[in-house]
Amino acid sequence: MQQLPLEAYVLLSATLFTVGVVGVLTRRNALLILMSIEIMLNAVNLSLVAFSAYLGDAEGQLLVFFVMAVAAAEAAVGLAIVIALFRNQQTVYVDEVNLMRW
Amino acid sequence: MSLDVFFFFIFGAAAVGSALAVITRRNPVASALWMIGYFLTLAGLYLTLRAPLVAAMQVLIYAGAVMVLVVFVIMLLNLGNPEQLRERFNPQVGAASAFGALLILQLLVLFLSRPTGYKSPSPQAAEIGAPESLGKLLFTDYLFPFEAVSLLLLAAIVGAVILAKRKLEP
Repeated sequence: MQQLPLEAYVLLSATLFTVGVVGVLTRRNALLILMSIEIMLNAVNLSLVAFSAYLGDAEGQLLVFFVMAVAAAEAAVGLAIVIALFRNQQTVYVDEVNLMRW
Repeated sequence: MSLDVFFFFIFGAAAVGSALAVITRRNPVASALWMIGYFLTLAGLYLTLRAPLVAAMQVLIYAGAVMVLVVFVIMLLNLGNPEQLRERFNPQVGAASAFGALLILQLLVLFLSRPTGYKSPSPQAAEIGAPESLGKLLFTDYLFPFEAVSLLLLAAIVGAVILAKRKLEP
C-alpha cells in the first residue's frame, strides 16, 4: 500500500461539505440547520489540516483554531436565537416563521 | 504508513455515514448523537494527518462543549412527542439532493482534472502538528488574532445571554 495523495482528503472534505449543504436545504428544524452548518465548518477544517500537513505549513492548523472559536460563538448565539424564537413563536420550524415575509 | 491509509478509509466512511445520519434522522436527539460520532471520526482523521492538538481540541470543543449546548437546548425546548416531529413532504428534498449531486460532481471534476502533485504528507508534518510549535506560533506571530478571538467570544457570551433572557428590563 502506498501513501494517500492530497486529493483523497480534499475529496472526503468536499463530500462532507455537500452533505452539510443538503442538510441545510432539506431540514425545516432550526436546530438541524445549525448542526448542518457545523458539519460544513468541520469539513472545511479537515481540508485545512490536510493542506497544512501536505504542504508542511503550520498556518492551516492555526486557522483551524480560529474557525473553531468562531464556530463555538456561532453555536452559542444561534442556539440563543432558537430559544428566543421558540419563546415568541412556539415553533422551531423555519417555514412556520414568517414575521419578515412581505 | 499503510496504517494511515487503513484508518483514513475507516474514519472517512464513518464520517460520511454519520453525517448522512445527522441530516436524515427525524428525532433531533438522534441527530445530535450522530453528530457526536461525526466529530469523533473527524478527530481520528486529524490523527492520521499527524495533528494531535487539533484532534484533542476537536473532541474537547465540538464533541464536548458545543454538543452539550445543542443537546441542552433540544431538551429545554420540549418539542413534543416524536410522532409529531415527522417532516412534511416537500419537493425541496429532491431538488436539494440533485443540487448536492451536482456540487459533488463539480468538485470531483475540479480536483481530479488538475492534480495538486502532493503524493504524501510533508516530512515535517509531525513537528508542525506538535503542540509546542503551534503554541509558539499562536503566542508570537498570531498574538493579535488570538486576542481578537477572545473579544469575539466575550461578545458571543454577552449576546447569547441577552438573546436568551426572558425580559430585557432588570
